[in-house]
Amino acid sequence: MQNTKATVRIKSGPALTRRITLSGAAATTLAALFAPGFKAALADTAAPMADTSAYPAKAFAQKTKDDTIAALFNMTATASTDISFDAPDIAENGAVVPVSITTTLPDVTAIAVLALGNPFTLAQAYQFPAGTNPAVSSRIKLAKTTDVIALVQAGGKLYSVSKNVKVTLGGCGG
Amino acid sequence: MKLSRRSLLASAGALPFTMPAAYAAAADMYDVPLHADARIIHITDTHAQANPVQFREPSVNIGVGAANGRPPHLVGEAFLKYFDIPAGGAAAHGFTFLDFERAAHKYGPMGGFAHLKTLIDRLRNQAGATRTMLVDGGDLTQGSGVANLSGGQDMIALANILGTDVLTGHWEFTYGEDGLAKLIAAFKGKFIAQNVFLTDDAAFANKPAFDAASGHVFAPFTIREMGGYQIGVIGQAFPYVPIAHPGRFVPDWTFGIHPDTLQKTVNQLRDIHKVDAVVLLSHNGMDTDLALAAKVSGIDIIMGGHTHDAIPIPQIVKNPGGKTFVTNAGSAGKFVAVLDLSLSKGALKGLQYRLLPVYANEIKADPVMQAEITKWRAPHQAMLQEKLADVETLLYRRGNFTGTMDQMICDALLQEMDAQIVLSPGFRWGNTVLAGGPMTMEDLLSETAMTYGDVYVSMMTGAQIKAAMEDVCDNLFNPDPFYQQGGDMVRVGGMNYACAPNEKIGNRISEMTLSNGQLLDAAKTYKVAGWASVSQPQNTPPVWEVVANYLRAEKTVRITKPNVTKVIGISNNAGYAP
Repeated sequence: MQNTKATVRIKSGPALTRRITLSGAAATTLAALFAPGFKAALADTAAPMADTSAYPAKAFAQKTKDDTIAALFNMTATASTDISFDAPDIAENGAVVPVSITTTLPDVTAIAVLALGNPFTLAQAYQFPAGTNPAVSSRIKLAKTTDVIALVQAGGKLYSVSKNVKVTLGGCGG
Repeated sequence: MKLSRRSLLASAGALPFTMPAAYAAAADMYDVPLHADARIIHITDTHAQANPVQFREPSVNIGVGAANGRPPHLVGEAFLKYFDIPAGGAAAHGFTFLDFERAAHKYGPMGGFAHLKTLIDRLRNQAGATRTMLVDGGDLTQGSGVANLSGGQDMIALANILGTDVLTGHWEFTYGEDGLAKLIAAFKGKFIAQNVFLTDDAAFANKPAFDAASGHVFAPFTIREMGGYQIGVIGQAFPYVPIAHPGRFVPDWTFGIHPDTLQKTVNQLRDIHKVDAVVLLSHNGMDTDLALAAKVSGIDIIMGGHTHDAIPIPQIVKNPGGKTFVTNAGSAGKFVAVLDLSLSKGALKGLQYRLLPVYANEIKADPVMQAEITKWRAPHQAMLQEKLADVETLLYRRGNFTGTMDQMICDALLQEMDAQIVLSPGFRWGNTVLAGGPMTMEDLLSETAMTYGDVYVSMMTGAQIKAAMEDVCDNLFNPDPFYQQGGDMVRVGGMNYACAPNEKIGNRISEMTLSNGQLLDAAKTYKVAGWASVSQPQNTPPVWEVVANYLRAEKTVRITKPNVTKVIGISNNAGYAP
């Protein structure tokens, strides 16, 4: 079982977001990563994240699910079946695990992804200006087999869906 | 929960499902007239066994969680009892390991493409060619020395003579993207897979695909008209190719089970193409197929492979859209599945299923096929027929933890690589060699031939060895089949261990000791030999050369001190008869 494929190197902070998939009427409006100055664009949204003014360094420094959600949203999440969360059952490469999130929930203001088994729980977070089609397709790095949670903030409430993604050494398949 | 055969039949409800004739009673079990509208003939996992073989079914095939006590996790007596197969006869020999050596001599070898050709032609003629379709669930092109040397082309040539209409894949992918393209170019039927997509990078680079918009690398389905009805056949390739095998073979492609895409494809076939039945030709493995059948609606039958389970009657799975039959058709050419479909406009009305064991002694070899097999073997005849050693112990591979054939491979690597521990992959293919005969190079290649069979030596700590074993064990015993990969447990040489299948990853493997009884130290480093690494190419000799050297020197194979796995927490399990 000599194997070096499933990488276990850890990169803290925001995961690399390769692209953001946007479609629909507001396709010209980019959902953005947290960045200084973003607050103005969100001035008229109903329920912005707890800290919309800057890169949420505190949220990205948390090591548990509850602490991360509290730091990022300051509210608790309820499970939802209205979120479509696509992630592999077994990752082909733990270093770049594709995840995509779409939802039928109205008035989406933010989407975030948590990898509970990573040293730092928050993998990525996006804010959505009003009128933006709430769809994210990206990649995250996973340290090991873990539950991955997609959070959607919509209409002032927080919703979640969870999926276990296995990171394996591989080999020995039939 | 254990379902009896009766309760399974009762649960079929309004959908009539006919049992096969008792396996012992039929005067000519290969005489199968069609009493339905269309016939699908299904073979799978022949693993390039062009000639008839001996293949011992497992004595250990443990089911955990929901799989405990239900097909396919039944072995030996429990298997016979569940499926009402009389003990001691030809069928008991075909489907179980019981009394294997005596029965193997009595009933002779099984399968072989020349015999399959005769049988399948007869089945096709009885139903009529326009009402018949022959499908192959993959693992056609790997598993023999000739196939490995020809890049799988010999088996495509045989499949073309056999008249295979549809194929999906698994080890086919280990010939690489170009190698597979050549196989598909030579194949006269259709290669289909709904669950293989271009990676994003490959899509941006405009790599070839069947459908650039959806990213499907291959056609996801094909539609065949049979007896006036339209049958939609969807392909499901092995979902974990870049994980279970070196990713370098398929750099542009991404896999997975993709039940959502599958559901869309089913809906497309039913709503747009207005087919009368939808079947899935699957290489998921049976546990995964059973779980998939519960998730996806609108599939009439999943014809499965990969896990090499010869299951005589279809399992019936309820889902939101109704019910799905799930089958699995064994391996090594030992079995031919015959599915006779009664159809009406837009619906499957009934299914008659038979899984016919292929006793080569009972079937005349087709001369055209035999000539083609001989042609492909001819350049390698001397190499294949070299006798390496006399066999004094029955050598078999299949089983969750160990097999005498893998013990032989482990013993060889231990000595030839001067290692303390050997890790050898738990493949489910690989023939059985009877005591009293020779082990030839061809036999050895049937256990080892592949495109990444190089040996390696690696210094690993006790903790690393445990982590690797835990990882493989979870691929076998994770209670959720979507997280299984379908192989058996890695075989070990030079050490023994205990395994608790019902535990979670990290807690299954314990009592790891060297053969001398010394406990492994988590911090200490050990010299570990192995083969079939999924990382980089090793540029070392292939494992069959190393084992052949060992056998030539030993002159006889006799397994006297097998390494053992103590199985914990498995009592009264229908899949455990060691």
